[in-house]
Amino acid sequence: MVSFIVRRMLLAIPTLIFISFISFVIIQLPPGDYVTAYAAQLRNAGDYITKAQEEMMRQQLGLNDPMLVQYWRWISNIVFRGDFGFSLEWNKPVGELIWNRLGLTLAISSLSLVFTWIIAIPVGVYSATRQYSVFDYVFTIFGFLGKGIPDFLLALVLMWIGFAYLQMDVGGLISPQYENAPWTIDKVLNILSHLWVPVVVLATGGAAGLIRVMRANMLDELGKPYVETAYAQGLSERQVVWNYPVRVALNPFISTVGWSLPALFSGDVITAVVLNLPTTGPLLLQALKMQDMYLAGSFILILSVFTVIGTLISDILLAWFDPRIRFA
Amino acid sequence: MANTSLLENRLIELDNVQVHFPMREGVVKAVNGVSYHVNRGEVLGVVGESGSGKSITARSIMRLLPRNAREAGGTIRFSPRPEEQIELSALGRNSRAIRKVRGNHIGMIFQEPMTALSPVHTIGTQITRTIQLHMQMDRAAARKRAAELLAKVHMPRPEQLLDAYPHQLSGGMRQRAMIALAISCNPALLIADEPTTALDVTTEAQILTLLKELQSELGMAIVFITHNFGVVADIADRVSVMYLGRIVETATVDDIFYAPKHPYTRALLRSIPRLGVDQGRRLPTIPGMVPDPFSVPQGCPFNPRCEHARRGLCDVDMPEAHSFANGQISRCHFAEDFLKEAVNV
Repeated sequence: MVSFIVRRMLLAIPTLIFISFISFVIIQLPPGDYVTAYAAQLRNAGDYITKAQEEMMRQQLGLNDPMLVQYWRWISNIVFRGDFGFSLEWNKPVGELIWNRLGLTLAISSLSLVFTWIIAIPVGVYSATRQYSVFDYVFTIFGFLGKGIPDFLLALVLMWIGFAYLQMDVGGLISPQYENAPWTIDKVLNILSHLWVPVVVLATGGAAGLIRVMRANMLDELGKPYVETAYAQGLSERQVVWNYPVRVALNPFISTVGWSLPALFSGDVITAVVLNLPTTGPLLLQALKMQDMYLAGSFILILSVFTVIGTLISDILLAWFDPRIRFA
Repeated sequence: MANTSLLENRLIELDNVQVHFPMREGVVKAVNGVSYHVNRGEVLGVVGESGSGKSITARSIMRLLPRNAREAGGTIRFSPRPEEQIELSALGRNSRAIRKVRGNHIGMIFQEPMTALSPVHTIGTQITRTIQLHMQMDRAAARKRAAELLAKVHMPRPEQLLDAYPHQLSGGMRQRAMIALAISCNPALLIADEPTTALDVTTEAQILTLLKELQSELGMAIVFITHNFGVVADIADRVSVMYLGRIVETATVDDIFYAPKHPYTRALLRSIPRLGVDQGRRLPTIPGMVPDPFSVPQGCPFNPRCEHARRGLCDVDMPEAHSFANGQISRCHFAEDFLKEAVNV
């Protein structure tokens, strides 16, 4: 088991180097650079800068150096000094920008993930054990609706309901009067009253899909002979279902749980934009639009690192959970 | 009927059990009036081809029928101890009463040792769970008993194999573990549903020897379901032959082989290859095919394939069960005729 983990970790290193390089190249690929975008923005505002000024900006920012040199400057700072570079647009260190929003992002994403699982697993199990019952159909309809409705639309509807019928101030994550207030019970309650919208939106979409997966996995397992053996031992239906087929049906969940790690980090971009949430998602979108390459590159790098780590965690969890993998 | 008590030595008695499957194309009468009994400590072989209803009958004893099955009648009475009698056919699938019978008074082993054990639990966990469920034992005692059971089914290194997962064992070893699980609470009845079909012949012989050994040691009765007459000859005291959801003949194992009284049994026996007999001659087969379950023939279900069938009788009237003095029962209009006839098998 230990050698398995060590081997997987060593394999992850070249993967990460490769990914970091690719992500940097991808950001550089589109024609133009930050200065072009900046000039365009100025023009839109009725202002302008000359070609010479643009060229001088490029010189200052090091945008004319060969790509390999720029890459090395970027990655060596990250690895050796933990410095993710400087956001050209925000005029702030990238690290500061990301870490400021990270706590909130993780809070919303993990809450919605927990809700997703709390809803999806029991409902999926119920739907499978009572296949074609009234509630199975109800959950199926809910599942397809949840999967079919775009998250941002659901977010808009919930905001409207909250605003029109519940007299709540639902945009953003905190009411203006608490923005700079010290942490009190009222402030926490205020945040919670905003938080339910994104959590419900994200959990609905996620749960709808997971219910279908769980139901299908369970239906596969329920027909297997070992379930009948368990019944033949005299266990009750509940003991049988939760101890045997659910244990096996959870494996596909576990093998993908690691992928929720990068999802936790980026959050749901569109929903966050619609709800005006100060999470990392809108920041990434903005960075990509402005070709703010150090910010965008750092984002993609962190996402990739999380993906690799997440996969590693999944593999270890699965080996721990399923003896057929552990001893294979 | 339900209130009459069983004979002293009767362990289980099935009376006119019927199980139907409503399908879009019509109703499949998978079990269509099956009656048999098993005495204490007796081995009953149930023989029949695929789809004859032998497994479904066994599952209706355990109340483990598929969810789309409809029970259309019949009673099943079970007497784990002479003074105790339970009407199994009245119990619900998930009732407390049937759960006290399953695994405790009736153990069951299945055809596929590869998939019949949970892949994510150790052998020991699965056995101790059953023991703790039915016998008042703590963990340590249950584990000790599980190790003794593994030793009893001749597994090597029982202490270590308690912590083995099914995929680490061979097919024969898995079936031994399955047997240990089924007999873990000293059941009065063991239902073995084609337990050796998935195994190779050598392992099959070992498992049969083991079952006979356990049967004489523990004094339990066995319902042994198979499609293999050779296996039946080896293990059974009495044999019931099933065809299309009915029992066509029941007799002691000697009478089945040497004095069969139903044309289907006789045809089956003739189609078994034998060493040194009529070499070079084509093996006799039963003409025709098993009818599809939606169009079971009128009258005797075997009549279109039967060489003794008489028009106007066999394709009209369902034959009654004829009982003979030796306890043999045959569902054939001409059952009496076979009494005189020499057996040309």
